[in-house]
Amino acid sequence: MISIQGLYKQFGKLEVLKGIDLEVEKGNVVVVIGPSGSGKTTMLRCLNILETPTKGVISIESQTLDFSGTVPKKNIAAFRRLTGMVFQSYNLFPHKTALENVMEGPVIVKNENKESARKKAQTLLEKVGLGDKIDYYPVQLSGGQQQRVGIARALAMDPKVMLFDEPTSALDPELVGEVLKVMKDLANEGMTMIVVTHEMRFAREAADEVIFMDQGVVVERNKPEEIFTNPKEERTRKFLNMIQ
Amino acid sequence: MKMYLSSIFADPERTARLIDIAQSSFLPLLKGAIFYTIPLTIITFIVGMVLAIVTALARISHVRIFQIIARIYVSAIRGTPLLVQLFIIFYGLPTLGIIIDSYLAAVIGFSLSVGAYTSEIIRAAILSTPKGQWEAGYSIGMSYSQVLRRIILPQAARVSLPPLSNSFISLVKDTSLASLVLVSEMFRKAQEIAASNYEFLLVYSEAALIYWVICFILSVIQQMLEKKLDRYV
Repeated sequence: MISIQGLYKQFGKLEVLKGIDLEVEKGNVVVVIGPSGSGKTTMLRCLNILETPTKGVISIESQTLDFSGTVPKKNIAAFRRLTGMVFQSYNLFPHKTALENVMEGPVIVKNENKESARKKAQTLLEKVGLGDKIDYYPVQLSGGQQQRVGIARALAMDPKVMLFDEPTSALDPELVGEVLKVMKDLANEGMTMIVVTHEMRFAREAADEVIFMDQGVVVERNKPEEIFTNPKEERTRKFLNMIQ
Repeated sequence: MKMYLSSIFADPERTARLIDIAQSSFLPLLKGAIFYTIPLTIITFIVGMVLAIVTALARISHVRIFQIIARIYVSAIRGTPLLVQLFIIFYGLPTLGIIIDSYLAAVIGFSLSVGAYTSEIIRAAILSTPKGQWEAGYSIGMSYSQVLRRIILPQAARVSLPPLSNSFISLVKDTSLASLVLVSEMFRKAQEIAASNYEFLLVYSEAALIYWVICFILSVIQQMLEKKLDRYV
């Protein structure tokens, strides 16, 4: 369903991604782990074209972008709508309430009717456990609550894939659980997800597959029980020893 | 000073004359303010803000030619006196066969000035909005102009309100320069009245007082707006 072929990304002289190949099946949850600077966030951002790849081909369902040539803006906008992005720092719109944050995409981008968008946004906020906070501004919410609004905002666009960029890294420890729970629920519902995270427990419990990245390449990929108990590559072993 | 005061209060006839002039000149001055000074300020500020936003966007765009044009515009306007600009537009351009009515000349001159100065305020305010806000907008499929209009500018407005209010208040007073290109705004009215009765101190003070009142009302409005925009911070 998702396929990445020969993905390269360079920032000036710094080569961050050095040829990534990856396939993700529909409904699978893929957790990407690796040391900082390994390129895992960059890979995720390339999938949402927040970074323009230097080279490579990305497809989601029937849409394909080939970055060996120039890609029209229109195709990028259409491609982006297939993915929902959840950011490390939430990036909620501070001048809009939780409900307005979630409604913004459907109303402005999809031209949905305001009333039905409102109902849908309310349902989504209830789903992430914030039914009683719909009229709150981001500043009135805790980090965990803000991140759950972020998830609802991404879901409102009916994405085919949800991308999570270290969604719990900015949270106080006691708030991590509530966000992970929402993510697990999503996974159980069959949402296709790519999750960059340091939460190894989440990887063990929710991932269908774990990918270990280092220095811009995929070093190892396997089922979570395999990779955590029996890593094949030396680099994977070293990394897992360091964090456990 | 002492002589002036004693001449007023020692001579009842002169006192009466001054009160009479103060009263009779108040209405024409107020008319000048209501029909010329205030509309001129508002129109100019709106046109100027549009210019400012376009210029700010040109400055932060990646298209080099836009950047250069915007830089030259801001540099030229900031580098020359407003009065000289007004004179070029009103007295200078007719040499080229371009004849512009005095009111329009003032609108053009002031708008160009407001546009250049406030473009820097807008630019700074846009740049002060975190990059993540652009990314969040793009990630839900919004276009550049949608992100700009719905996400970035509302946040930039809050940051730029105090410096923009400053520019607006300055503009109210700067419109008095329009008297020199024959716009019959409040200060020109004051000059005409004073020229006929020679009570310069009285009439000009009266005009000053009206400017002050207008600017005072504006600062009150500014405070109310700031409170309103601060609700989500």
